[in-house]
This record gives sequence, structure tokens and C-alpha cells, in this order.
Amino acid sequence: MIPLAWYLVFSIALFCIGLFGVLSRKNAVVILMGIELMLNAVNINLIAFWRYFFAGSSQQEPTRALAFVAIVFVAAAAEAAVGLALIISAYRRRETVVAEDMNLLKG
Amino acid sequence: MNIESLMWLIPAFPLAAFFLIILFTNRSNFISHTLALLGAGLSWLASMYIFIQAVRAGDLAKLPFGSSLAWLPTGSTTLKIGVQVDPLTAITLFFVAWTVLMIFIYSVPYHNYGAPKGEEDRPGLPPQGATVRERTHGKKSGAGRSLHVVPSVEPLYARFFALISLFAFAMFTLVLSDNLLILYVGWEIMGFCSYMLIGFWYGKPSARDAMVKAFMTTRLGDVFMLLGVVALYSVTGSMNYSAIFQHTQALAASSGILGLSWAGLIAILLFIGVIGKSAQFPLHVWLPDAMEGPTPVSAMIHAATMVSAGIYLGLRFFPLATMGWAPGQAQTIPMTTMAIIGTFTALFSATMALAQNDIKRVLAYSTISQLGFMVAALGVGAYVAAAFHLVTHAFFKALLFLSSGSVIHGVEHGVLHTGDHDVDAQNMFNMGGLRTKMPVTFWTFLIGGLSLAGFPLITSGFWSKDNILADAFNGGHYVVFGVLAVTAFLTAFYTMRQITLTFLGEARTRSAEHASENSWVMLFPLVVLAVFAVSLGWVGIPADFPVLGGLVPNWFGTYVGTMVSGVELPAGHSPTPLLTSLVVSLGGLYLGWRVYRDVRVGQPDPVQKAIPSVYKLLKNKYYIDEFYNLAFVRPAKWFAETVSYKWIDRGLIDGFLHFIARGAWVVGTVLRVGFDVPVVNGTGDAVSAGTRGLGGIMRRWQIGRIQQYMILTILAVVVVGGIYYAFVFFVP
Repeated sequence: MIPLAWYLVFSIALFCIGLFGVLSRKNAVVILMGIELMLNAVNINLIAFWRYFFAGSSQQEPTRALAFVAIVFVAAAAEAAVGLALIISAYRRRETVVAEDMNLLKG
Repeated sequence: MNIESLMWLIPAFPLAAFFLIILFTNRSNFISHTLALLGAGLSWLASMYIFIQAVRAGDLAKLPFGSSLAWLPTGSTTLKIGVQVDPLTAITLFFVAWTVLMIFIYSVPYHNYGAPKGEEDRPGLPPQGATVRERTHGKKSGAGRSLHVVPSVEPLYARFFALISLFAFAMFTLVLSDNLLILYVGWEIMGFCSYMLIGFWYGKPSARDAMVKAFMTTRLGDVFMLLGVVALYSVTGSMNYSAIFQHTQALAASSGILGLSWAGLIAILLFIGVIGKSAQFPLHVWLPDAMEGPTPVSAMIHAATMVSAGIYLGLRFFPLATMGWAPGQAQTIPMTTMAIIGTFTALFSATMALAQNDIKRVLAYSTISQLGFMVAALGVGAYVAAAFHLVTHAFFKALLFLSSGSVIHGVEHGVLHTGDHDVDAQNMFNMGGLRTKMPVTFWTFLIGGLSLAGFPLITSGFWSKDNILADAFNGGHYVVFGVLAVTAFLTAFYTMRQITLTFLGEARTRSAEHASENSWVMLFPLVVLAVFAVSLGWVGIPADFPVLGGLVPNWFGTYVGTMVSGVELPAGHSPTPLLTSLVVSLGGLYLGWRVYRDVRVGQPDPVQKAIPSVYKLLKNKYYIDEFYNLAFVRPAKWFAETVSYKWIDRGLIDGFLHFIARGAWVVGTVLRVGFDVPVVNGTGDAVSAGTRGLGGIMRRWQIGRIQQYMILTILAVVVVGGIYYAFVFFVP
């Protein structure tokens, strides 16, 4: 069985890739994609801990972590839907999806 | 109706008339004078009824009619007000009711009721006459119609009747009151009415001056009188006449002022009020000027009715002034004061009357003089004689004033007729020969004049004046007697001068030639008063008078004498006062006729020719007005202008204010420069500048790049998380 640490390393790697994408890319769509990656890294973390510590345990409800993951998915989906809608709306108005150019509020 | 309620009602009628006229009917002359006459008439009727009841009642002085009600509860006591009729009230009520009613009737034609409105007439000025086309008058010109000037109706006709109604109310209140407080109220209302009536023609500057002068002068006396009333209340705890005199011990105690007893002090204070109201020296100056009022009705009010109130008060507090005195003893201090002031005033104003040319002013001075007689009589303890002279004088002086008004009215008619507007209708030297033009006025004036002069036996003035002289002589007050005898002589002299100049001889102006007798409405009061001026003397003939004394009982002496039982004066048996009265009266009358019988047009006064310097002194009234002007009026004005206004008001008060303002300004400036601007404003400015500066710095950090914020956030999380981690796991 693959040790838990591998999953955690993978999760960290995925989170860092997402974080890097969020911090380094100019395109708002890519930033959104980075955020998705980070969320999924968290999901992997959650699943991994569940699999190694709680799966098969009769004392705890076996599906609680899965429900939590499902909620994260829902949040991610909603975030993607709202975020993309915002980006499209901003693009229609400003003809750009570059995050740095969206500086109307800057004094 | 019982007598108690009737007493309350007497003053109510004129008061109701006053309010009705003032509030509702002042636009209608007819309703106004009807209401006023109705009020006076009802009061007269009630007064006569009460007078008759009072005469028939036994021992009225001890058990007067009266009723009272609690008015003001003052701590443990209650101040009661009420009405009272004793013999003194009864006789005063008698002459007040008669004279008031006669004035009211007389006023209707005097103010030309029914005459057309004058074109030039203005409210506040005497009517100037109206031009009318008259059909009947143009017989001589033959045109059948001609322009003709006739007297015009008084512009403020209703106002006049309202004011004299209020005046009548005040006089009745004063007479009927059973306590000093209500008497004082009536007294002051009369003062106010007098002010309004003297200044009735307020458009004339002289009338305005006279009204202020009269008010101020009488107020001066009233202030002292009020002090007396207050002192009396604090000593005896009562204002009621009968209650006051029961506190003999408290009143006899020393007041600590000038060594007077309380009774003496209060009597003197009240007497100062009398001096003001009855125009005694030195407060006599207002009365001659009061003749500025409508001729002669207000003159008569001021000279025959209102001034009587002063003597009435003197009679009222007679027991106070004479407390501890019995006939034959030395006088008390208030009595001496009264005797001196009364005697001096009598002589003093009689001399001034000698040189007056205005028919009304002569009467005004003679009024002061006769009031002096009464005050002097009070001073020698002759209570009955003073009361008697008060009554007779009220009638014959009222008659004289109304007659003189009739004369003036007649001559004014002549002035309007001839158009000689520069002829003064009141100057006796512009008259003469009116005997035939105005026969009724002449006879009534003659009766009044002879009564004033004390024409022996038939006139009332003789009996009352003789009483005073006899009482003064029998009491041993020879100085008073002598001076009053001289005064009586002068009185007869100037009265005859007046009669001679006005009625006898030839007319000295065309206006006097064209003077005409007045209507019967105007003459009716004269005739009524003339009857009293003669007959009233017969009720007071002394019992010890030769021949006549036994024929007619001395009703007046007996009746009024009950007021002062215990201090009756001794009856005299000396013929000296009687002979003196006869000589001075007849001698004065003869001399007056002798000197003035043939004064021609433009001739000066014969007395002026004989003794010019004395005449000038008298003509200028001893320069007392000038003296008062110099001694009081101008210093008062100077004080008001210089001290009060310039120094105190402008200098001290304004200066103080300016000083405060300047000080406040300086302090304010110091605070502003030293504290407000640097500290308060500085702090505020620093805070806002700091905020702005800080914002300026911090806004540079706000670059607007979301990713850089995030980097910073992550850095912060890492740093804070690292520190936390280190503390949790590596710090023991």
C-alpha cells in the first residue's frame, strides 16, 4: 500500500502548482484554474486522511469525509461558475482578461 | 330695595355708563350722553334717597349705615371693604350728587350737541366752528341765504362723557367708602380722570403741559398719602374708619420721627395728600393750569368737586389730627400745620386772583383760597364750619364755574359771529355789558359771586365763612382770624371786579356785543345751583346769631356736629367776627365796583396803574412757577439729561458694558491666538493632515494587483504561522 506521505507530498505539490499559477499568471482564467488545483489538492488531502485513519471504522460514520469532499466540489463548482461569469462580464466591458488591467478601483 | 344694596349701587351706575360708552356706543353721541346722564341720574336718585334716610335716622354718627365684605385675607386678619353712610358722608353725597348731575346736564349743550361738524375740527383740539348756509339768518343782507359761522360739535364728544362718568364713579366711591384703601383707590382714579380731562384737548401744547403738571403735582402729595395709609395699617391693622380710631393707645405711641406720635405723623402724611389734591401751598400750582381743560366743565370738576375730596379726607382724619386735643387747649402739631398752610394759602392765592384777567383763572385762584379757608378751619378745630363751607362752596363755586362757562360760550358765539378770532373769549377785559345780553347767566353768576364774597344774611357763603371766622376768633386764634378776614375782603374785591368787568358797563369788544344767551338746557343747571347757593346757608345759621339765630334751627351744626361729639367748640358771644364779616364783605364789594366800574377799551387794570410793581408780582403769580421751573423742573431735566442720561446711562452703564465688551474681546483674542488657533485648531489640523499624509503613504501600497496582495498574505501567514509553530513546538 502506498504510504500516506506520498499522498501528502502529491497534495502539497498540486497545491503549490496551483498557488504558483494563481500568483504568477496574468490571465484571470488561469488564476481561476490555479484556484481549482488548490481546492483539489485539499480534497486529496481529505480523502487520503480518511482512507488511512477512518475507512472501515465502525465507530465513526464512514461517509462523513466523503460528504465534506463533495461539499468542497460544490463550492469549487460554484466558484468556477461565478468566477467565469465575472471574467466574461469583465471581458465584455474591458476587452481583456488580464488581472493587472482590471484596476478601476485603484485611486 | 334696602339701603345697603343701594349704597353699593351708587358708584356702579356711572361705572357701567363709562364701560358701555367706551366699549360700545362711542360712535353715537346721542346714546353716549344718554347713558352718561342715565348713570348720573340714577346715582343722584339713589343718593337723594339715602340722604333722606340718613337725615331721618337717629344717631347716625354712632351707628352709620354700612355693609362690608371680606376682600383680602391677609394672614390672620381679613381686609374688608365696604360702604358706609354717616352724617359727613350724607352731606358730601348730597352735594356731589347734585353737582355731578348738573355738570352732566350742562355738558350736553356746552359741547354743542346737535351742532354741525366743523370743517377744521380735529380730535384733541377745541371745536373751531362750522360754516353753514342758513336761510333764516340772512334777513339783513336780503339774499335769503348767507354763509354763517356757528359753533360746531366737539369731535371727542363721547369720550368726554365716558371720562366724566368714570370721574363720577371715582368720586362716589371715595365718598361712600368705609375705609382708607378704597378712598385712596377712588382718589387715584380721580387723579387719572383729572389728567385725562385737563389734557382733553391734547392737541394744544399748553394742555399737555398742564395735564402732566397736574398729575405730577398731585402724585407728589399722593405718595406721602400712601405712606400715611400704609403706616396707619401697620399701626392699627385696619383701614376701616371706625376701627382705626379704636386703637387710641397704638396711635398715641411715639413714632420716633420728629417727636411725633403715630397719630400725628399719619395725620401729617395724609395732610400732604390733601395739600396735593386740594391745591394748597406749595402744591397749588396745578389748579390754575388745570383750566386748560374744556371750559368750564373740567374746570368745575377740578375746582368744585375733586378738590373737595381733599377736604373730605381732612374731615375724615380729623379725629386723628386732633387726637389728645380738646377745645381751648394748645393745638396738636398736625393742626398747627393745617392752620398755617390753610391760612397762608387763603391769603396768598386771594392776592394772586386780584391780577388775573382770565375769568376762569380768577375762579381757580379763588377756589384755592376758599380751600385754604377750610383747611385753616380744620386747623383751628372747627370741624363743622369746615364741613359747612365745603358744602356751600361746592355749590356756589360750581355755579360760578358753570356761569363763567356760559359767559365764555356766549362770547365765543360772538367771536364766531364777528370773525374776530384774535379776541380771547376768556379775557374779562374783552367783555363788559353782558348783563343785558345774557340776563340769566348774569343773575346766576351774581348769586354765585355774592355767595363767594359772603354777601351778608342771604347768601350761603356768608354763613359758612362767618362760621369759620367766628370759630377762629372764639378759639383765640387771632392771627388766623385776622388773615382770613383780610382774605375775605380780597375775595369780595376780586369777585366784584370780575362781575363788574364781565357784566356791568359797556361792551368793550364787538364779540361781547354779539354775545348771546345760551340754551335753557345750559341755563337750567345754573338756576338749580343758584337756588342752593342761596338757600343752603339757612340750614346752618348759628343759634347765637342776633335775631335770626333763634328763628331757624342750626340743623347742619347739630347734624354734622354729632361726628365730633366731645370736641365741640365753645359758642362765642363776641360781635367782633360778625361785624368783621359784614365790613369786609360789603367793603370789598363796594371797592371792587368803585375801582372797576368804568374801565374803558384798551385801558389797563386800575390796580396796575396804582401799584404797578405789586400788580406785576401778582400777575406773575409771585413767580412761583418760574421758581419751581428753576428749582425743580430744570434741575430735574438737567439731572435726567446730564446725570441720568449722559453720566449714568451713557457713561456708567454703557461704559461698563463697553468695558466688559472690550475686556471680553481682549480675552477672546488672547484665547484665540494663544489657545484656539494653535492648540485646538492645530490638533484638528494635525489629525487631518496626519491622516492625509498617512493615506498618501499607504495609498502607494495599494497597487491594485491581486496577486501581489496574495503573495504578501501568504508571506504573512507563513511568517506568523512560523512564529506560532516555533513558539508552540520549540519554546519549552
